[in-house]
Amino acid sequence: MPKSDSALRVDSVSKRFLRGERHDSFRDLLPAFFARIAGRKQTSPENRDFWALQDVSFELNRGDACGIIGSNGAGKSTILKLITGIMQPTTGHIDVNGRLSALIEVGAGFHPDLTGRENIYLNGAILGMKRAEINRKFDAIVEFSGLEDFIDTPVKRYSTGMYARLGFSVAAHVDPDILIVDEVLSVGDVVFQNRCLEKMHAILRSGATVLFVSHNLRAIAELCPQSILLEHGKVTARGPSQQVMNAYLESTGQQGVRSATAGVSISKVKITRANFANTAFDSGERIGVDVEVECARESEPFSIVLFVNDDKQYEVFHTSTEYLGCPPVSLFPGQRFTCTFELDLNLAGGTFYLGVELFRFNNEKTLHRLFPAATIFVNTLTEVRGVVNPKPRITAFGPAVETEPRKEAVKQ
Amino acid sequence: MYKALLQLVQRRDLLYAITWREIKIRYKQSIMGFLWAILLPAVIIAAGVVVRFGMSALSGKPVPAQALAGVTVKALVWAFFAGTIRFSSTSLVGNSNLVTKIYMPREIFPVAAVLSQLLDFAVAATLVGIGLLLAGFALSWQVLWVPVLMLIVVALVTGWALVLSAACLFFRDVKYFVEVVITFAIFITPVFYDVDMFKKWATVLRLNPLAPLIEGLERSAVYHEMPSLFWVSYSAAIAIISLVGGFYLFKKWEPGFAENI
Repeated sequence: MPKSDSALRVDSVSKRFLRGERHDSFRDLLPAFFARIAGRKQTSPENRDFWALQDVSFELNRGDACGIIGSNGAGKSTILKLITGIMQPTTGHIDVNGRLSALIEVGAGFHPDLTGRENIYLNGAILGMKRAEINRKFDAIVEFSGLEDFIDTPVKRYSTGMYARLGFSVAAHVDPDILIVDEVLSVGDVVFQNRCLEKMHAILRSGATVLFVSHNLRAIAELCPQSILLEHGKVTARGPSQQVMNAYLESTGQQGVRSATAGVSISKVKITRANFANTAFDSGERIGVDVEVECARESEPFSIVLFVNDDKQYEVFHTSTEYLGCPPVSLFPGQRFTCTFELDLNLAGGTFYLGVELFRFNNEKTLHRLFPAATIFVNTLTEVRGVVNPKPRITAFGPAVETEPRKEAVKQ
Repeated sequence: MYKALLQLVQRRDLLYAITWREIKIRYKQSIMGFLWAILLPAVIIAAGVVVRFGMSALSGKPVPAQALAGVTVKALVWAFFAGTIRFSSTSLVGNSNLVTKIYMPREIFPVAAVLSQLLDFAVAATLVGIGLLLAGFALSWQVLWVPVLMLIVVALVTGWALVLSAACLFFRDVKYFVEVVITFAIFITPVFYDVDMFKKWATVLRLNPLAPLIEGLERSAVYHEMPSLFWVSYSAAIAIISLVGGFYLFKKWEPGFAENI
């Protein structure tokens, strides 16, 4: 392989699975075989085909960190299994250039009857470390896991969290050229999660290439400057993470989350403001949000919820007609209902997403959810960084006063 | 195939770790510990001795001490062979979590099963060897055939282990099939009897590639005779074909393991 900057190349890869039950014993196979000879009709093979990935191509250079975003069943785990070599692509090629380590289901290689110490050696070997290398890193692994006192206890007596912590600790010490991470940061308590994130940053700084799959958009936004969006086995967007996330949220938001029995839906969400000349909003600007609801069939009474998330998909706030003292709304078929929220945009500079939901508080049921209903860009502020703008002011500033006599004063 | 072999060599630390795990977990939670390594061969040896005394009771001839020693050696080898086939054929299915979650050369599992059984054999063989020496059996240069013949046995059994472990992965009932075949195979393998008892059928019995090896081991370890070079070469050829062919088939089927298990 020519020496190049390319660490990972996925070249028009497709993967086909067969739907339905496969024959995994002769006992099943023989009747099926004779049925075919007898000419009895079976589900035709084309109908049983299921393409988990279709013509997926991308390339990562050394040192890149890339996120993969997508809904359940979009093919995220399949692409990782193909890259790690667990499965083979039906068509296409994958070139991996360097030592690859995967944080997929950490602790998969643990044996419950062996102690933590024994499992570190076993799992380290499974992940591709040499014995001498494990010897060298053993103390660091144990320290990272925080399980010094339990290292000679069989792991079957470990709690789920301890098990996962030990697994992550071993995997994180492999020193890979290419690291593949699949939803493992949800392991352990907050302290350990932060430690994991720090470790991932350190691995990134060491120049490794990272491919990161997660539903946690915030974690992807923090770790990966660029991302790929997978939808139904195809790459539908690729580029800076922020853009790809917008594309993802829009594609899921347009369909909205809708209860099957609900007869009402949000037909329009519109932001109204005094100054239409600007594309971006000023921090603190007063805006109105018009929500229009249409009723097709008779429905349950509902309240309207308005919420705003930041660019890492953390909720900044939510409010509702219920909280603001309005009674639930009941509509009849053919009726339309409008409602206007007015609020001060006390947000710090950045990108925010506005969402609207029709919600029944009695039984906590979502009738319709539209997110993002609108994207709000707030002009960068010089005085506040973060999410909100609480309009800080300085009311006192110095002067410096003496708390103890100065040394020069003592001399005199 | 060369590349696959190279990869296996590169991951020898993993082979070591998996073998060591197989051994460790087998003895960890058992009261008898390493006695298990001896128990199964001991039962087969005892059966062989009983059969021998039975035969002598029928024929009226006394049992020579050498015949007893011969049965012991043969039963020991058979215990290794049967145990390895049994144990290795389920080695992939038993490690399904590793097969589906992490990539590694998968032949490590059946090969580790063979190696861990080989350790059991070594323990039992050492004890039998000491026993034979104490019973007054002398050593001769012919005993050097033992490691050579055992190497052929290991090659033969490894080739079959590779194929059977993969077959068990695709078809779960292969396991029961193997069980039945192993149970009956002792009748067509000269463990409790000598091939020469069957006169003109002896050649047919020797077509079983394990037969010349077991015979050769008995001859060299107990009777200080050279094994039949012709038949040992025949077995060695079959063993090499099994090993190379088994490895080739295993590697050919391997891409389908994760989605078929």
